[in-house]
Amino acid sequence: MRFQRSLLAAALSTALALPMTMPFTQAEAATPPNMLVIANRIDDIVSLDPHEMFEFAGTDYANNVYDTLVVFDPADLSSGYQPGLAESWSVSEDGKTFTFKMRSGISFHSGNPVTAKDAEYSLRRVVALEKTPSFILTQFGFNKENMAETIRATDDGTLVITTDKKYAPSFVLNCFTAAVASIVDSKTVQEHEKDGDWGNEWLRTNSAGSGAYKLINWKPNESYSLQAAGDYWRGDVAMQRVIVRHIAESSAQRLLLEKGDVDVARNLSPEDVAGLSSDENVKVEDTLRGRIMYISMNQKDPVLSKPKVVEALKYLIDYKGMEGSFLKGQYTVHQAFLPLTYMGELKDQPYSFDVDKAKALLAEAGEGDGFEVELIVRNAQERVEIAQSLQNTFAQAGITATITQGTGKQILGKYRSRDFQIYVGAWGPDYPDPHTNADTFANNPDNSDEAQLTGKLAWRNAWDIPEMTRRTDAAVQETDAKVRAQMYVDIQKDFQKVAPFAPMFQKVEQNVMRANVNGFNPGAAITAVFYWPVTK
Amino acid sequence: MTDTLGTAGRRRGATPPLFKLARALAATLLSVLLTIIGLLFVTFLIGRVMPVDPVLAIVGERASQEMYEAAYRSLGLDQPLYVQFWIFLKSVAVGDFGMSTLTARPVAEDVLRVFPATLELATLATIIGVCFGVPMGVISAVHEGRWPDHLVRLFGLFGYSMPVFWIGLMGLLVFYGILGWVGGPGRLDIYYEDIIPPVTGMILIDSLIAGDMTIFWNAVSHIILPASILGYYSLAYISRMTRSFMLEQLSQEYITTARVKGLSERAVIWRHALGNVMIPLITVVALSYATLLEGSVLTEVIFAWPGIGQYITNALLSADLNAVLGGTVVVGLVFILLNLLSDLLYKIVDPRAR
Amino acid sequence: MMRAPDTQITRPGLRAWLNSDAPASRFQARMIQLYLGWLKLRGNPLALIGFLIIVALVLMAIFAPWLATAEPSAQDLGQRLLPPGSAGHLLGTDELGRDIWSRIVYGSRITLMIVTLVAVTAPVFGLLVGTLAGYIGGWVDEVLMRVTDIFLAFPKLILALAFVAALGAGIENAILAISLTAWPPYARIARAETLTIRNADYIAAISLQGAGALHIITRHVWPMCLSSLIVRVTLDMAGIILTAAGLGFLGLGAQPPMPEWGAMISAGRKFVLDQWWVATMPGLAIFTVSLGFNLLGDGLRDILDPKKSKS
Repeated sequence: MRFQRSLLAAALSTALALPMTMPFTQAEAATPPNMLVIANRIDDIVSLDPHEMFEFAGTDYANNVYDTLVVFDPADLSSGYQPGLAESWSVSEDGKTFTFKMRSGISFHSGNPVTAKDAEYSLRRVVALEKTPSFILTQFGFNKENMAETIRATDDGTLVITTDKKYAPSFVLNCFTAAVASIVDSKTVQEHEKDGDWGNEWLRTNSAGSGAYKLINWKPNESYSLQAAGDYWRGDVAMQRVIVRHIAESSAQRLLLEKGDVDVARNLSPEDVAGLSSDENVKVEDTLRGRIMYISMNQKDPVLSKPKVVEALKYLIDYKGMEGSFLKGQYTVHQAFLPLTYMGELKDQPYSFDVDKAKALLAEAGEGDGFEVELIVRNAQERVEIAQSLQNTFAQAGITATITQGTGKQILGKYRSRDFQIYVGAWGPDYPDPHTNADTFANNPDNSDEAQLTGKLAWRNAWDIPEMTRRTDAAVQETDAKVRAQMYVDIQKDFQKVAPFAPMFQKVEQNVMRANVNGFNPGAAITAVFYWPVTK
Repeated sequence: MTDTLGTAGRRRGATPPLFKLARALAATLLSVLLTIIGLLFVTFLIGRVMPVDPVLAIVGERASQEMYEAAYRSLGLDQPLYVQFWIFLKSVAVGDFGMSTLTARPVAEDVLRVFPATLELATLATIIGVCFGVPMGVISAVHEGRWPDHLVRLFGLFGYSMPVFWIGLMGLLVFYGILGWVGGPGRLDIYYEDIIPPVTGMILIDSLIAGDMTIFWNAVSHIILPASILGYYSLAYISRMTRSFMLEQLSQEYITTARVKGLSERAVIWRHALGNVMIPLITVVALSYATLLEGSVLTEVIFAWPGIGQYITNALLSADLNAVLGGTVVVGLVFILLNLLSDLLYKIVDPRAR
Repeated sequence: MMRAPDTQITRPGLRAWLNSDAPASRFQARMIQLYLGWLKLRGNPLALIGFLIIVALVLMAIFAPWLATAEPSAQDLGQRLLPPGSAGHLLGTDELGRDIWSRIVYGSRITLMIVTLVAVTAPVFGLLVGTLAGYIGGWVDEVLMRVTDIFLAFPKLILALAFVAALGAGIENAILAISLTAWPPYARIARAETLTIRNADYIAAISLQGAGALHIITRHVWPMCLSSLIVRVTLDMAGIILTAAGLGFLGLGAQPPMPEWGAMISAGRKFVLDQWWVATMPGLAIFTVSLGFNLLGDGLRDILDPKKSKS
């Protein structure tokens, strides 16, 4: 029997010794000095075609691989839009014709020069492809039929754009900074066209831009890597390679950062950020982003359509409590639909958590005995926590709320089909102009079910607002910037009083990075991240 | 599957052996084919009744109604169900699972990319499970009712009872975060990515082919923890089954005979008894391997392991029907084939099953 | 996690037991068996521990309102993420300041509900399919077993996920989905048992006396299948709890604020590095209960396996 015992001992000791003898023990690892490694959630990227993509991680990519006619300067975002591939522009007397003068001497990664023809091709491509983000450009009246006249390169250096009516120039130019207005290499893309798809199938997994980086490899839901393209017209590019790795878990991102296996972690939870505060190898940089967290009440619901009930619910949100606890550092209380830093921003916070006031309002509305209501929410952690906090505070006024969580697509499906009571969710602006949010929160030209204006939040909530719709339509045409800003402030003040929306918070992004990383700019509330100014 | 096929063969009685074999083979193939078609059908059905909108997954939140309807038609969703299924069957037959809406790539290509990651992990886990599970099972059986037995069984039951996502998180925290013995989430340190050319898709093998030992050891450091955790589960199952097979063998007469004949205890146990146990054990190992090849969703989520389990789950949650169908079909096929293989092996080796 | 019905072990023992008993005294024999079983359970410390854990779970579920120190969903944002042992919070508090101990106590009800509902649906359905297939044979057998194989070939968690995705998230649907994925192994066991019982002499005798198929199946075949099913169910319980927890972990099981243990781990994983207890406490609870069922199942198999009593 002795041999069995020795075998047992041998098995046990190997099991114990195994990890020790393996050559894993790494010294404090560090990423190579000319490489930027980022942990981020990038599972929302479906396509790398800049004229098709529409999610955060996608626009981050586009901002570094493609250039636009009008750009933002990462060194000074607050100065607004600046000349990009177009070195200058002029607007006609009637405000409908924009003439862009192209910057010369810039080439695409393929070596082809960037010309007005490429710009013409790119913008027409957006219109013809009709992908989701195309509305950002087609709202100026472009369509497949008229694009030959409305988007035109008169020579290699001049692009002329004609809109259907007069718009505020700031509005038009802001839209031209969006990822969807990226200029692609028309020769390269045309080589890959298939069955009139404008090269869409090819560009989904390849790059053809003039930006600081070109794409080396993309593994969906896993990672993408970029390579510096050589001389970049906007400045020196220190990081020769950028790898963005999809890491879903905050704790995993933090471990990787602590170990020095990544340079930047972009999705840390407030608790993990707090846990890192004493680590001197890392630093935290806060940036106000454009995302607004809100709840909305379906006006088809007989109870929720009572104005006093709507008002009462706005007093049943523990804004400060949430901001100070599970949202700490990553959301700030904000009660208007335009993000702070936008033209026309409104800082007023008329609502606070006040159960007595809410109860009084409910009694006035004839709902003093409370009622039952369903909250629908995506199963993303902070949203579920917000929903649970709402459930708790609603209950204090006798309102019994049940929570239904689901995947993004499930919940969105209900929301778009007006099949819900209260929605807990977020909205991010599509382009850095106040019209982006005004158009969705406070504009609803046709409230009928048949209208199917599913892109507008006001329609989804069956909120019928002819007067406010007229005001938002007017604001977008106002050419005087000061007057225009005031118009948005006024709209938001009224919105705060009557809307079945309760904007609650604005997102603060906490990017945590190794102490040697400098110049990492996530793009604030108006644009996406810039990799090329980063040094370390 | 052993039972159905076995009795079917027996019932038919006295036919010439070669003919019998051919018929059994044909029957087996037919039943496998039927199972596969059934698998396809159920998967297809699940995909179609899901209340998640596959169109929204493509067009996104801001899409207008016209865009929505165009995408709806381009997906073929306006066709009747049976037409959709028929189109699906026809394309699957030629290995075309369509495009994934989530990755904008052909599903077949996606599966070829993610499956090797799972294969690598499952294989290593099974090796760990066999190397530790079999000896532990034998020891447990030999010492039946005494402390080594209790120890081994308890160790196995612990493995069975641990929530994998919890042990995964804790393992990552301790062995990577605190001790730094192993690599972190993912298959490689991120800056090693895209360096070696993919041949098999399994980094351990590819790095050996490329002769890059730095990357090989880096890959080992990343795979060892998830493989050990999955291996623990496999070990728990294998040691439990080995133990009961061994107990059965050890009570047989030939063992007594062998002992009486003066064979050493070592020879009796490790050569005779274990030798006979090997056959049913193959089935057990194959089954455990098949289960691991399905991709352990939770382990893959925790370790950011881009395997088939995570792929199917993501696809499912975003209503990427083609990807769900493709992934499930591949996983189901692997399961059916491994089962078939172990059945055949069983029948060839074991005289009683013939 | 594993699917193989290890029928090889129980079947010959059960057959031996069957053959040694005259049909007339079967009930009595089984009672004796049960009593002996209890004696053996007492003699098997591991199984007894398992049994006691299950009893404790049941008691915890029954007396939850008395054992809990707070309302399981009462929030206090000022008292969040307190470590275990803080005043008034034995196991600490979670991300919304809820008492973890109270949530675990109330969560035992959900776990028990999942376990009970699955245990009364999946094996019953499997028994029905298995005995029908085994008893009738022929094409019915072929068809039923093909269907069983199809379900068996599906990845379990993925199949459950698909069902939940189709039916909508929620605890009831999660239970239904788990049952739908759990029945095939039972069908196989029941079929194997039926095949051996069907050919037994005493069944032929009853059949000659004019008993119908229904009578034979319900009165003679089903009772014979029970003990191997019970062992299997007990061993599977751990897997069922873990699957339910896995669904909860992926956000598709119980809906907030239900204190389902898997969902609690899922919420707590965000804090695993600094506030380890938020995920660990429910993790330990799941582990303990799973271990209890495993220990009991393992012991039950020994007890119900007559071959072992011979040695």
